[in-house]
Amino acid sequence: MLSNIGIGLVILILALSFLIISIAYYDSKTSKQVIKKSIYKLSLLQTTFTILSFFTLIIGFINSDFSLINVYENSHTTKPLFYKIAGTWGNHEGSLLLWVNILVIFSYLFLVFNHTHNKKFRLYTLIFQNILIIGFLFFLLLNSNPFNLIYPIPLEGLGLNPILQDPALAVHPPLLYIGFVGCSIYFSAAMASLISGYGGKLFAQSIKTWVKISWCFQTLGIIVGSIWAYYELGWGGFWFWDPVENASLLPWFAITALMHSLIVLEKRNTLYAWVIILCLLTFILSVTGTFLVRSGILNSVHTFASDPSRGIYILSFLSLMIFSSLIVFFMKYKKETYNFNLKSRETFILVNNWFMIFFLVTILIGMLYPIFLDVLTNVKISVGPPFFNIIIIPLVVPLLFLMAIGPNFSWINSRNKIFYKALFIVLGSVAINVFILYFFGRYSLMSNLIFVSAIFLILYSLLDIKKFFNKKLKFGLSRIISHLSFGFLIFFIGINHQFSIEEDFNLKVGDIKKISSYEINFEEITMKEKKNYKVAIGSFKLTNLKNDMVQYLNPEIRIYSNPETLTYEAAIKTKITSDLYLTMSNISRSDFYNIKFQNKPFMIWIWISALMIAVGGFIQLNLKKNED
Amino acid sequence: MKISISKIIIFSFTIFLLLVFWQGLKKDNNYDTENLIGSRISSFQLIEINNNDQYISEEDLKKNKFTLINFFASWCAPCRTEHKYLLNLSNKNKKIKIIGINFKDKKKNAINFLNELGNPYNFVGKDINGKISILFGIYGIPESILVDSDLTVIKKIVGPIDKVQYNEILELVQ
Repeated sequence: MLSNIGIGLVILILALSFLIISIAYYDSKTSKQVIKKSIYKLSLLQTTFTILSFFTLIIGFINSDFSLINVYENSHTTKPLFYKIAGTWGNHEGSLLLWVNILVIFSYLFLVFNHTHNKKFRLYTLIFQNILIIGFLFFLLLNSNPFNLIYPIPLEGLGLNPILQDPALAVHPPLLYIGFVGCSIYFSAAMASLISGYGGKLFAQSIKTWVKISWCFQTLGIIVGSIWAYYELGWGGFWFWDPVENASLLPWFAITALMHSLIVLEKRNTLYAWVIILCLLTFILSVTGTFLVRSGILNSVHTFASDPSRGIYILSFLSLMIFSSLIVFFMKYKKETYNFNLKSRETFILVNNWFMIFFLVTILIGMLYPIFLDVLTNVKISVGPPFFNIIIIPLVVPLLFLMAIGPNFSWINSRNKIFYKALFIVLGSVAINVFILYFFGRYSLMSNLIFVSAIFLILYSLLDIKKFFNKKLKFGLSRIISHLSFGFLIFFIGINHQFSIEEDFNLKVGDIKKISSYEINFEEITMKEKKNYKVAIGSFKLTNLKNDMVQYLNPEIRIYSNPETLTYEAAIKTKITSDLYLTMSNISRSDFYNIKFQNKPFMIWIWISALMIAVGGFIQLNLKKNED
Repeated sequence: MKISISKIIIFSFTIFLLLVFWQGLKKDNNYDTENLIGSRISSFQLIEINNNDQYISEEDLKKNKFTLINFFASWCAPCRTEHKYLLNLSNKNKKIKIIGINFKDKKKNAINFLNELGNPYNFVGKDINGKISILFGIYGIPESILVDSDLTVIKKIVGPIDKVQYNEILELVQ
């Protein structure tokens, strides 16, 4: 029943896409200035059907309708309702339906909200977006249909991977999808702009909001993923340079570059070709990331049950996208002349772009090199953190400096005053760094530079905030918040990296162990039955010998039955100054448990700073006018 | 569209990239190293965990009839489950020599691990950054490789050794 409704709806959406494309095409040939009413109506109808199809699948999950293979494979009757619903997008087929939803919704919203812009441009955007929709709908119907049936109907489902049963992970995919798939709309808009010739300043205004929306959601999605890794995976880290994390960073760098150069295009009406390239690149990289993750070429925590036929489909689609955008771009590309003064804001924004592209290329090489080597020479290697740390960290230093100074330059040409102010603040940052170094211990030259540059950005941004309130300026706050938070983020990551304590040892119940200033007492272990798993809870008493503070930590070992899996839940005590982190894993045929203890300073501030970066973006979304 | 060098370069690079992706897809057992069976292990040099001056290389393995190379770490819980089989192998069977490669571990922890559970290894080598293990095609531990005196891989076990695999090893070395 649900299956028929679902498939019916998907076919209707597909038919509507074809209809919209043809009507939009004929409408673009007429001389009328306004878009036909029927296009709006059809587009709204398409949006409604798409949302309905998604709800149909959600209902399947809520009711545990195991006649759908997708529900059977990814759900279970004993699962809490929240995770039943989250299960809808926690698998390949369901997430593809979510993907289509976002394509369609953005397509409609772009059509409605950009009514002041050129008709041809809007219609072409709609056409390109619908071509994308058709591509993904075919993929969904032919290869990854979430509404496929299974017969005989099983009595019980296989369950959702327990590691995915986490609140952070329930919201992580939708956030990322809004971020990554949202890029599709300015991919289409860029193609439309090239073909219709509607470029420059007006084009920048038409896509500005959409770029910001997708930037905010991408940023948020990446952070939530990282929070999940920290709390759930129990490795005690938050960023692993895992291929899939890297895949999510690629479009993020492109979109960050885009967001900045878009300002130049809007204010100075230049850099058009570059903005177009970034628009196209962002979505192409999003799809490339999807390809790498879903095809099984890369293996990691994100691996969906991979299937080569899936890979071939996405790859063909990706090739089609890349070649058509390359051809259209080269056909319409006109040489621009740039006339930038060295001491102007546009120069600094361009410099930002160089950094972003450098980071992007570094990560791309790190990701692709093992694949190339494997395919061409059969040698298997893995590129890990050392590679990325060596190449990326040194460049963060100048980036932080420029992030502080850049926005203070005026358009076209500035005076030297800024340099004196900067010099003064550098001295201040060095002083603070020396203070930290003196009181808290030594660290390497690189760390010193990172600290100085991060403090520099923080101080500079704080002065900017002061200026903002003194002069009662109406704009720039969002930028200051984002940049300031970035400074704090790097600063806290640096502190965390330098002053973390990490110890690995085995204990049995009743044992006491001393680590730096902590005494760990393994008091007892208790077993409990929960709704969908059994759990062994350890009780640890932690005494801080410095101030005799006592804390209790309860790490868990969960035994899920559907599917049968063990997960280790870290016990994390978050305080304002540091996180205490304890995981325990059983050692079979032994009374001992393997304990991993960590004291990680300022963890919470890493999350807060990272979230504030996104908040800066959201503030900007609310300021429609007067933004610089 | 005018044809220019830069355009040709961009197009050919894109095509190359996509072709590599396509080829990559065809290798369906990307991370499955089972196909190592029958191939010879590459040359290596392994430094003893306690003594930096002492090392072995593939030449030393030629002297043994069979060598089981086992990858382990103190932080790896499944390594503990397979340990008793390794101890049995080293006690009961004289034809087989066992080499342990300590994967991304701290020296102190590794030594505690062996003191606690017993040491089945004829030689324990260190692989602090995991580079040597990559040479052997290891992607997670525990893993074990059984080679004969020609240095040919005759069995590869991904994950902890269990009873079935233990018996298979015994059969193979008979």
